[in-house]
Amino acid sequence: MAKFKMHLLVCGGTGCNASKSQEIAENLKSTLTDKGLGNEVQVILTGCFGFCEKGPIVKIMPDNTFYTEVKPEDVADIIEEHVIKGRKVTRLLYTDPENKQHVADSKHMGFYKKQLRIALRNCGFIDPQNIEEYVGADGYSALAKCLGEMTPEQVINEIKLSGLRGRGGGGFPTGLKWEIASKNHADQKYVVCNADEGDPGAFMDRSILEGDPHSVLEAMTINGYAIGATKGLIYIRAEYPLAINRLLTAIGQAREYGLLGKDILGSGFEFDIELRYGAGAFVCGEETALIHSMEGQRGEPTFKPPFPAQSGYNKKPTNVNNVETYANIPIIINKGANWFNKIGTEKSKGTKVFALAGQINNVGLIEVPMGITLREIIYEIGGGIKGGREFKAAQTGGPSGGCLTSAHLDTPIDYDNLIAAGSMMGSGGMVVMDETSCMVAIAKFYLEFTVEESCGKCTPCRVGNKRLHEILEKITKGNGTMEDLDNLRNLSRVIKDTALCGLGQTSPNPVISTIENFYDEYVEHIKDKKCRAGVCKSLMQYVIDPVQCVGCTACARNCPVNAIQGEKKMTHVINTELCIKCGACIEKCKFNAISIC
Amino acid sequence: MTKIKSLADLKAMKQSIQEKIDTRAKGNAEGLVQVKVAMATCGIAAGAKQVMDYMMAETDKRGMNVVFTQTGCMGYCHAEPTIEVTLSGKEPIVFGFVDLKKADEIIDKYIKDGELVDGIIPVNYETINK
Repeated sequence: MAKFKMHLLVCGGTGCNASKSQEIAENLKSTLTDKGLGNEVQVILTGCFGFCEKGPIVKIMPDNTFYTEVKPEDVADIIEEHVIKGRKVTRLLYTDPENKQHVADSKHMGFYKKQLRIALRNCGFIDPQNIEEYVGADGYSALAKCLGEMTPEQVINEIKLSGLRGRGGGGFPTGLKWEIASKNHADQKYVVCNADEGDPGAFMDRSILEGDPHSVLEAMTINGYAIGATKGLIYIRAEYPLAINRLLTAIGQAREYGLLGKDILGSGFEFDIELRYGAGAFVCGEETALIHSMEGQRGEPTFKPPFPAQSGYNKKPTNVNNVETYANIPIIINKGANWFNKIGTEKSKGTKVFALAGQINNVGLIEVPMGITLREIIYEIGGGIKGGREFKAAQTGGPSGGCLTSAHLDTPIDYDNLIAAGSMMGSGGMVVMDETSCMVAIAKFYLEFTVEESCGKCTPCRVGNKRLHEILEKITKGNGTMEDLDNLRNLSRVIKDTALCGLGQTSPNPVISTIENFYDEYVEHIKDKKCRAGVCKSLMQYVIDPVQCVGCTACARNCPVNAIQGEKKMTHVINTELCIKCGACIEKCKFNAISIC
Repeated sequence: MTKIKSLADLKAMKQSIQEKIDTRAKGNAEGLVQVKVAMATCGIAAGAKQVMDYMMAETDKRGMNVVFTQTGCMGYCHAEPTIEVTLSGKEPIVFGFVDLKKADEIIDKYIKDGELVDGIIPVNYETINK
C-alpha cells in the first residue's frame, strides 16, 4: 500500500525554521528529484520535536535515525550516504550528553525518557468508555493480585515502600495515610477520591478521569481492601460534565463485569463507588471541607487533628486521595514498589503530571520524573516561549504557590526544592509568563481568586486576604506607598501563621514570592508609577507623537470622554486626567501617532 | 458482557482481547488501519467529533478498512484536533490541527498511499506500557 520506502521528517518548528530547516527540506527534495528518487523517498515538514537547542532536526523513518544540528550543506551527505548507500552519517547523529556517544536512533535517546507517562499511561491509547480495552491494557490485574495474593498489610507496605506522596499538593506519604486509616477501627470506613481540582489552569485530574477512569476505580478498590472500607465516594466538581459522564459509564461497566459490588473476583471482598458533585467552591478541595460538603453541610474546613484517616466522613476513618495519586496505584502494585522508587529524587519518588499553560509553545499535559529541571520543561518539552520572547517566571501551585524565576531554571523540581524556592508543587498547574506579564497584577489576580473563594470562617483569611487585595489594588492604580510593601509582608506572615486551613495558609504565597523575586517591579509601580509590562492600565498613558500627528481630528471626534484637544492640521494632545484608556483613538488613528507608555 | 468471577477469568479475558487487537493490527490482506482520535474536552472543543464522523463516513465510502477509536487526551492540547494513524505494520504517527480539509488529505495521501502530509506532531514521551 505504501509507495514510499523511506520518509525524511524535517522539523518545521519555530526554532528550526529560524535555523533554515525550510531550506534543508527544499534541498532534500530537489536533490532527491535529481537522483530520480522523488517517488521513493518523501520529505515532510513536521511540528516541533521539542529539541530546539539541537535543531535543525531531521528524522529518518522507518529506522528512526535522529540527526541534529543539520545544515543545508549536509543534504548531499544525507542523500548520498544514508538514503542511497544505507550508511548513517555518524557526525550528524545525536550525541548523548552523559557518555558522549553517538546514539543510533531515537528510541535510545534519553530525551524521550524526559517524559515518562505512568499516571497517563493509557490516556490517548485506549477507549475510556470500553472496559475491555482497559482489561486488554492489563487493567484490574493489580486488584486481582491484591485480592488473591496479598494481605491488606502487604498492600500498605508496598505503597509505603514506593515512596508515593499525595499528588494533590500536600505531598503527604500515601502509604502512611493508608496505614493510619487501617489502624483505626470502626464498623464502616470510607475511601474518597478528591476530584475537585479547583486550581485555575489545572486540568491533570480531568484528563485522567476523561481518558482512563478505570484506573481510579481500580485504585480506590485497592485502597478499600487495604484499609477495610467497603464504600467509595468520588467528589467531582460539577464543571466537569464529560469526566462525570465517563466515570458513570465506567462505574456502570465495572459493576456489570463484577469488578465492583459484592464478592469481587471471587474473593469475598465487596466495594462500591458513588459520585458526589461539587458546587463550584475552591475551598471544597480541602479535605475536611470536602467531607463536610459531602455530609450536606456548608463546605467549611475544621481543625486537624483529628485527621480524616482517624475521623472523617460521618466521623468514620476515611482516606481522601487525589485522582493522580490513585492513577499511580495499580502500576505500583503490578511493577512493584522497587520499580517505582527508582524514579525521581531521594524524597520525591515517581513522576508528576503538569498542565503547561501560559506563554509557552507546546501548551498541554506533560508527565515528567521528579528531579527534571525547569529549563528542560520549558525549553525542551515545552518548545520554548511563544514568539521567542524572554522567560520571566513560572507560577506553580496555582493560588497557593509562588513564582520560579530564571534563577531557578536549573533547580531540580521536587516537593522540597519547590518549597525551598518559595513556591510549592501544588496540584501541577504550571503557568509560564514572559515580559508581557506584570507580576504585581498576577499577585492581585490570585488574591482576587482567594478572596472570592474564602469560606469566611476564620478572620485571618476572611479579613486578611481582603486587606492584602486592597493594598495590591492601590499599588496597581498608582497610589501605592513604600509602607504598603512592609504591610504586605507583615500581613502575609500573620495570615500564613494563623489561618485555619490550607487555603488561608497559602494564599499569601503569590504575594510573598513576587515581592521577593520582583521587588524592583513593585518599587517601579510605587515610586515611578510605571508598569513595565504594560498591563496596569491606570499607570499607562496614551500619548500622541507630535511628529506623526497631522491633525486630522479623527481621534478627538471618536474619544468618548472628549479628552483630546487640537485644532485642524495642528498636533493634538490627550488630557491624561480625563483619558479612560479605552483605546478608541489608537484604533481610529491612520498615522500610527498614538502610543501607550 | 460476561462477569469476571476470578483471576483466571480476568486473565482469560485479557488474553482474548489482546488476541483480537493483534489480529486487528496484523490485519487481513489489505492491512487494517487504526485511527485513534483524542476526545477529551480540549479535542471535543476543537471539533474532534466532526472530524471523526467525517473520516468514518469518507473511509466507508471509499471502502477502506479503517477502525476508529475515541481516546482520552494525548497531551498535545496546543494542536487539537489530533489523531493517531497506524498503518498496518508501521509505527503510529500523530497528526495535529486536523480540520475536515486536512482529514481529507490524510485519507487520500497517508492512509491510501503512505505519503506523509504536513502537521505531524512528533511524539515526545515514553509510556511505561511498551
